[in-house]
Amino acid sequence: MRLLFGSFFTFMLAAAIGLGATWLSLTRGVAFGSMTIGAWTAWPKSGSQNIDPYAHATIVRSGELPVGIGDGVAFYARTDNAGNYFDGRCTFTVSGMTPPARYWTVTLYNMEGGLVANTIDRHGFTSEEIVRNADGAFTITVAPLARPGNWLPTGGIERFVLVWRLYDTPIGVATTTMKEGPMPAVARKGCS
Amino acid sequence: MIRWLMWTLGGLLLGGIVHLATVLAMPQAATQDAYSRLVPVAPVNRMTLLPAPTPEVSILPFMDPAFAAGVCRYDLSTGSIKLNAPVSEAYTSVTFYTRNSIAYYAINDRAAGRRAIELDLMTAAEHAQIPEEEDVTAADRLIIDSPTITGIIVLRALAPEPGLMPMARRALVAAQCHIEPVH
Repeated sequence: MRLLFGSFFTFMLAAAIGLGATWLSLTRGVAFGSMTIGAWTAWPKSGSQNIDPYAHATIVRSGELPVGIGDGVAFYARTDNAGNYFDGRCTFTVSGMTPPARYWTVTLYNMEGGLVANTIDRHGFTSEEIVRNADGAFTITVAPLARPGNWLPTGGIERFVLVWRLYDTPIGVATTTMKEGPMPAVARKGCS
Repeated sequence: MIRWLMWTLGGLLLGGIVHLATVLAMPQAATQDAYSRLVPVAPVNRMTLLPAPTPEVSILPFMDPAFAAGVCRYDLSTGSIKLNAPVSEAYTSVTFYTRNSIAYYAINDRAAGRRAIELDLMTAAEHAQIPEEEDVTAADRLIIDSPTITGIIVLRALAPEPGLMPMARRALVAAQCHIEPVH
């Protein structure tokens, strides 16, 4: 009887810990070999055959196709530089410079990777259409209500993700220092 | 007391095994992976232009809305794939994915160095069977080995601004992906 209780306890514990850890790692996006610059994190290896098992499991579960390493690299941000989660009811600015790349795009998604409906049908910017200052730097205002300049509407949703994709770029698996990749700074400017 | 400590320790160890096993089994068990999502919209061994993602519908999550995208869902069991993609005016890339969404090869227009990206895709076994002299004459065609029999080729053309999207889509319409039977 003791043996039965004991083994039952062991199996329940194993199932709870094992499945719990898997669920946590897949929903929180655990992956190794990440490269973080300010608020931005990329997993260059996810675009190659050397993708780690956690990143692979996350990708097949979401249905996403990662950017291949010969194509470019994708940086994800869920918070600003201070660690505040992106809230679509607040205003954030994304400003500065980007690492060298032939083209880049920045896109706003909901947590499931879908685009967010808004009045001007804008979901992001490309390096060609962004309005820059004289020195080449730029500021994007991510806000629920219309702003002058580069306005990226949030649609007022509670949580969003920004994805910065660099195409045809030397940034990748071999990048080791942050100096090579000056990513734009993200700051919260207040909430409505 | 000691006995329960042992049961707990056993549970922890077994839990670790369960965790690793479920993570590793996920690619085989996933039913909503990219390939499964593309099955209803993309016929086998043909280039299909994907509809642009909108807030209402997006075939795959995290698609880049600045790009026009075409997919060729391939099956190499009856031959090799010939891919011919004219490059668009801005930026064009081709990425090869296995059945389980691993990006095993990607090339862009500049790396391809021509006005069109031309590639042959086959299994490693079939590549090994190509006579050497034929391999030499075909040297100007890049041959890619697919690690899996089935998979996905994604062709992407950038529209640097929304008004250029028709241009990007036109470039993809001209792209071809077709199977060449084994000879």
